[in-house]
Amino acid sequence: MVKKEMIAMLLAGGQGSRLGVLTQRVAKPAVAFGGKYCIIDFPLSNCVNSDVDTVGVLTQYQPLQLNTHIGIGIPWDLDKQVGGVTILPPYEKSGDSEWYTGTANAIYQNLNFMDSYNPDYVLILSGDHIYKMDYGEMLERHKKSGAEATIAVMPVDWEEAHRYGILVTDDQGKVTEFEEKPANPKSNLASMGIYIFNYQTLRNALTELEHVPGCDFGMHVIPYLFRETGKVYAYEFNGYWKDVGTLTTYWETNMEMTDLVPEFNLYEEFWQIYTSAESHAPAYMGADAQVSHSIIGDGSEIEGKVKRSVLGSNVRVGAGAKVIDSILMNGAVVEEGAVVRKAIVADGARIGKNARLGEGAFEPSRLDAKVYNSDLVVIGAGSVIPEGVTIGKNTAISGITEAEDYPDGALPSGGYILKKEGKR
Amino acid sequence: MKAVGIILAGGGSDRMKGLTDIRAVAAMPVAGAYRAVDFALSNMANSRINTVAVITQYSSRSLNEHLNAPSWWGFGRKQGGLYLLNPTITPESTNWFRGTADALIQNLDFIKERHEPYVVIASGDGVYKLDFDDVMAKHVESGAQITVVCREKEDTDSERFGVIEVDGENRITAWHEKEEGAAGQYINCGIYMIRRLRLIRLLEECKRRGEYDFVRDVLVKNLEAERIKAYVMDGYWKNIASAQSYFECNMDMLNPALRKCFFYDYPRISTKVDDFPPAKFNDNATVRNSLVAGGTILNGTVENSVLFKKVYVGDGSHVRNCVLLNDVYVGDGVTLENCIVEKKVKIEDGTCVIGDPNNVTVLS
Repeated sequence: MVKKEMIAMLLAGGQGSRLGVLTQRVAKPAVAFGGKYCIIDFPLSNCVNSDVDTVGVLTQYQPLQLNTHIGIGIPWDLDKQVGGVTILPPYEKSGDSEWYTGTANAIYQNLNFMDSYNPDYVLILSGDHIYKMDYGEMLERHKKSGAEATIAVMPVDWEEAHRYGILVTDDQGKVTEFEEKPANPKSNLASMGIYIFNYQTLRNALTELEHVPGCDFGMHVIPYLFRETGKVYAYEFNGYWKDVGTLTTYWETNMEMTDLVPEFNLYEEFWQIYTSAESHAPAYMGADAQVSHSIIGDGSEIEGKVKRSVLGSNVRVGAGAKVIDSILMNGAVVEEGAVVRKAIVADGARIGKNARLGEGAFEPSRLDAKVYNSDLVVIGAGSVIPEGVTIGKNTAISGITEAEDYPDGALPSGGYILKKEGKR
Repeated sequence: MKAVGIILAGGGSDRMKGLTDIRAVAAMPVAGAYRAVDFALSNMANSRINTVAVITQYSSRSLNEHLNAPSWWGFGRKQGGLYLLNPTITPESTNWFRGTADALIQNLDFIKERHEPYVVIASGDGVYKLDFDDVMAKHVESGAQITVVCREKEDTDSERFGVIEVDGENRITAWHEKEEGAAGQYINCGIYMIRRLRLIRLLEECKRRGEYDFVRDVLVKNLEAERIKAYVMDGYWKNIASAQSYFECNMDMLNPALRKCFFYDYPRISTKVDDFPPAKFNDNATVRNSLVAGGTILNGTVENSVLFKKVYVGDGSHVRNCVLLNDVYVGDGVTLENCIVEKKVKIEDGTCVIGDPNNVTVLS
């Protein structure tokens, strides 16, 4: 009988709506990061580096790009005879069929997948964090403590603690209390959304809670196990871990990669991050290129100026163009003379000649002030910005826009243009 | 495709200034991220040749390692595959491959066991893009028994290549192998198409006569007996034979049209992909007209150069007209001009080496 000690279930079905137009056509885990990677590459690489060779990836929102990226798992050595990576979309059942209504509900709907590997432990991961972590070490601690469930936590600044789910523990790491976004936190250990469960315990809990609407790990399963077993432990992680769930944190975390010695160093051999890369060619800097404090992906060709920016693969920056404090994802094109300041330009978007992005002063967003609340210009995948237009700060554009979409040749700060079609 | 591919990748070169001490010419790194053999291999894969054998002999470890995952070129399927044919001891023979024909003769059983009617033979040291479907179409149309892929001769070619004279129907009438000032319009690119059964017959004749060289003993000796025709390719073609031609080939890749042809226009040249992060440019980096591969970290000035993977260039260093192979470490305050730096070489702080652009210096 097939037997895996621990399998991983990676929750990758969320929209990540706080990334605005970046996730209009792709799920958050498939959003590019660091000039080469997708966000999901980090948990997937952590799995193989931790000897977890069986991973179920739960997809729901806009899965095409994610499915294409993962394929049969070759870049992560997850194309296995037994195990490997399996994409798990929601599926129709005889009787009640439903979408994945919550994190735990999604796992519950895939009990048959997990059963087929007969695991002792299940690792629950989410596809929206940037970090390197040895899940094997966490498993050791889980076993040693005699826990039914172990939650990875990290110490956060006390001033920030009120933004997180906080765990209060005793000196053995045993959880004694939960506080969800507490006004006066008793601890600064924040949950990272990474769990290890004894499989049978999890199975029983999910079955017990099957009728809970929107069944969620943090809200339902963990409190249930805490109540029923009392054996929920925290595993303290002290490495680099970043949630890239908002435009600002996404931008900042990318920008940290350009530091002289980044806190999160991808240039060391140990604990490699793998990805499905399309381009093999080296990057080319033209005769008049000026590139500094930046990372530039393979196959990119730069003729203009790039400063404090992260560029993905096959990006083109034309002569006389300037890209400053920006993220350009794979295949983005900045034509001659365009100026791109503090912008996030998603895959394949094209910025027309002499267009100017990030001009003027901050204005509150007229689209969604919760999502767009910084100076950032955000351009969705496959968008087209026509020649010569001026785009203000805190703006969002998605789709193929034309000159007539810009009254007086400008989109003022806080504005947005959302069009249906993007270019392919 | 109705052909099996054979890539001759067994040679070193004494004109490479030591660069082939540790690898065969076919394993020479090209254009920052590729190896010479990728070009022949990708051309075959892109022409849907399913079965390719790479014949190795000289310093083959590096090449074997490069080819250890055939899926990068689309091989390693149920149909066809990528075969590495190394010299081997058999009850019949304890010889190394004594020449290109001998390498084929010693692998005759491989050739006999194929089912494809044609064989494409190509050397592993050529940098070019070629559609073998087109070569085959012309081969059949022209009624050739053997097709030799050629290109127009340039001034300095005669002493380095086989020079070919043809008649009005492109049939090869004379062949001058590496003769200075030889007459003839074309040079041999070392790429041949031939019916498999004919190849077997010709090789068996060579074997009986105790002959070892494909050009001399299979082609030149049979110019009258066989209809050997020239297929003239246009476009870029370079073979890596000396340190200087190797250097020039890498510098040629700074030409955007060439990169577009090889690396962006479909079908593209493929290679084994490494998992290095993107290149990193620090505050004082100045990089102009240069190729920079993944994993590289730059602090100094780089101009007109090709930097392979995981290169490091320190503060205040100047690298001009150089080819730096994988894992080269250039310390602070270094000046390098017109150099090829062998992989993993560490250039100490303050070093200054200025080579001759017409006779580059190799640092190893």
